[in-house]
Amino acid sequence: MQENRGVWVYIEQNEGKIEGVSLELLGAGRKLADKLEVPLAGVILGDSIRHLSDEVIYHGADEIYVIEHSVLKQYRTESYMKGVIQLAEAYKPEIFLYGATPNGKDVASAVATDLSTGLTADTTMLDVDVEKRLLEASRPAFGGNIMATILCKKHRPQMATVRPKVMKALPRDSSRKGRVIEEKMDLREEEMRTKVLEIVKDVTKPGLADAHIIVCGGKGMGDERGFQLIHELADVMGAGVGGTRDVVEAGWIGHDHQIGQTGETVTPKIYFAIGLSGAIQHLVGMKNSETIIAINKDPHAPIFGVSTYGIVGDAHEIVPLLIKQFKEAFKKGGEKTHA
Amino acid sequence: MHIVVCVKQVPDTKIIKINPKTNTLDRRSAPAILNPYDAHAVQAAVKVKEEYGGLISVLSMGPPQAVEIIKKSVEIGADGGYLITDRAFAGADTLATSYALFKALDRISKDKPIDLIICGKHAIDGDTGQVGPGIARRLDIPPITNVIEISDIDLKIRKVRVKRKIINGYERIETGLPCLLTVEKEINPIEYSPLPNMIRAARYQPVIWAVSDLDEVDRTQLGLKGSPTIVGKMFTPPKPEGGHVLEGTPSEQAGQIVEVLLKNKELFSVN
Ligand SMILES: Cc1cc2nc3c(=O)[nH]c(=O)nc-3n(C[C@H](O)[C@H](O)[C@H](O)COP(=O)(O)OP(=O)(O)OC[C@H]3O[C@@H](n4cnc5c(N)ncnc54)[C@H](O)[C@@H]3O)c2cc1C
Repeated sequence: MQENRGVWVYIEQNEGKIEGVSLELLGAGRKLADKLEVPLAGVILGDSIRHLSDEVIYHGADEIYVIEHSVLKQYRTESYMKGVIQLAEAYKPEIFLYGATPNGKDVASAVATDLSTGLTADTTMLDVDVEKRLLEASRPAFGGNIMATILCKKHRPQMATVRPKVMKALPRDSSRKGRVIEEKMDLREEEMRTKVLEIVKDVTKPGLADAHIIVCGGKGMGDERGFQLIHELADVMGAGVGGTRDVVEAGWIGHDHQIGQTGETVTPKIYFAIGLSGAIQHLVGMKNSETIIAINKDPHAPIFGVSTYGIVGDAHEIVPLLIKQFKEAFKKGGEKTHA
Repeated sequence: MHIVVCVKQVPDTKIIKINPKTNTLDRRSAPAILNPYDAHAVQAAVKVKEEYGGLISVLSMGPPQAVEIIKKSVEIGADGGYLITDRAFAGADTLATSYALFKALDRISKDKPIDLIICGKHAIDGDTGQVGPGIARRLDIPPITNVIEISDIDLKIRKVRVKRKIINGYERIETGLPCLLTVEKEINPIEYSPLPNMIRAARYQPVIWAVSDLDEVDRTQLGLKGSPTIVGKMFTPPKPEGGHVLEGTPSEQAGQIVEVLLKNKELFSVN
């Protein structure tokens, strides 16, 4: 355990493109590495992906471990975990971070089992205890507005998956230099048990993650009919619609629209939080939005703690006023903008 | 075809209350339920059985009361179940949990070999999703996570095809049996339990095992002792400053928001 050194970030690439969360983790990992005074390294696997190494270095890494192999063309648990384990056993990092995406969680879970080490899921805060060299990975704990810090004292590497869009990527700096370490791996397609037959991209999905404005409604809208106000307000601005978990479970809107810990994480320019209390599991999914506008009849609702502008009042009164005034203002201005 | 579904009893996190002084869970406030994702996993197994025949067993690790969720699984359509319960399992994190379940699966497969293991995507009390893949690694069978459809099973060549959710879409995967799938809720709706199932479930008593009933268990890998992760501290996140609470009549307040919005005209995709 003494010999484990360095902070690693698993760089997830899909079809030769690095996922945003991996760059965010390089930003977060950089801080941890600086505190511990160790190098920050990226780990990337795939087929013909060598050229991505520079990007990883430009975003903060000192080193990048690369495994290229034709069998790694598509993500598969069995081949990717094998590569990651091979690297971790050979170079022994002390901290290893992964994006909490379907594939990031998948590979991390398998790797943790084989390395017999601890893995903290869906982390939203990261820090280190420099003296003890301990990763402090914090995540919302069940129920209530509580965070739990998870530690892994005796096993290395200390691993965590981290929610997309909660950490900040560093600005790209193409003058940064780093070391590229290329590894060989023994893989044979005939020995793979799993085959990817087809990958289907769903382009029609509402794509909340890309929306500039999101109107999110909560239980305070009363019922499914009351929730229509959320749709109406979103419609006049051409915004995306979101819901809290309670609203999704009540069936007022589909699960694809859930924002928060067990739904989407979003960072729009403007986020309307209407008739929702602002539970921690909801906040982790939206609090990095640029401008947050909250409407709630309870002046003590936690949502006002993160909002840029707050209106204490009844959503059923305020929202129709907003819709009306917004429409009028747009007409008066005579301007129309197109997406 | 023998399908084993791993299920967990969880507090209903919708109703759960936290004691603000101690930052601990007030267990009396939380009724225990079958983890919702696991209910979908059992339902998925029922669908597979309807088409290909076979036997469905459920397996759970938990306190003696967890018998209830095995009965619930029988209601949905499982044929029977196993509960492993022992002080030694207490305090297990995901690594220690997957070890205990692996040992139980090992014992089950000695009586009847397992062709397919299905787990829920994650448990709603921990939200990790790490136990399923952990079990698969220990059994050295392929783990396929985030499954939204089980489309074809060929028992002759022992292959299964599934749809798996990925970022912005899905992929179709083929893998060999036995394998382990973790399923999303959209894999299938939970159907109403037929009356005979309900009657059977009411009387059903699962097989109950303690650690001593399992073979070659390394006790240092169980429970708290076998868990690399511990909870360091619980805390209320630092309260953010918060911004500006508007004043004036409702109409004036709405006006102020509209002003903010109009400063960001480029964002509106209306026409
Ligand atoms: C493991 C776990 C994961 C979770 N994941 C998520 C998640 O991903 N996303 C999520 O959102 N939640 C999640 N939750 C649930 C979360 O803890 C809260 O229960 C949920 O966010 C509350 O939803 P809400 O704000 O709509 O409802 P409430 O908390 O009931 O809030 C309703 C609010 O509406 C206000 N209100 C009522 N009437 C009016 C009115 N007429 N006008 C204006 N305001 C009004 C009330 O003052 C109140 O603040 C999770 C919970 C757990 C345990």
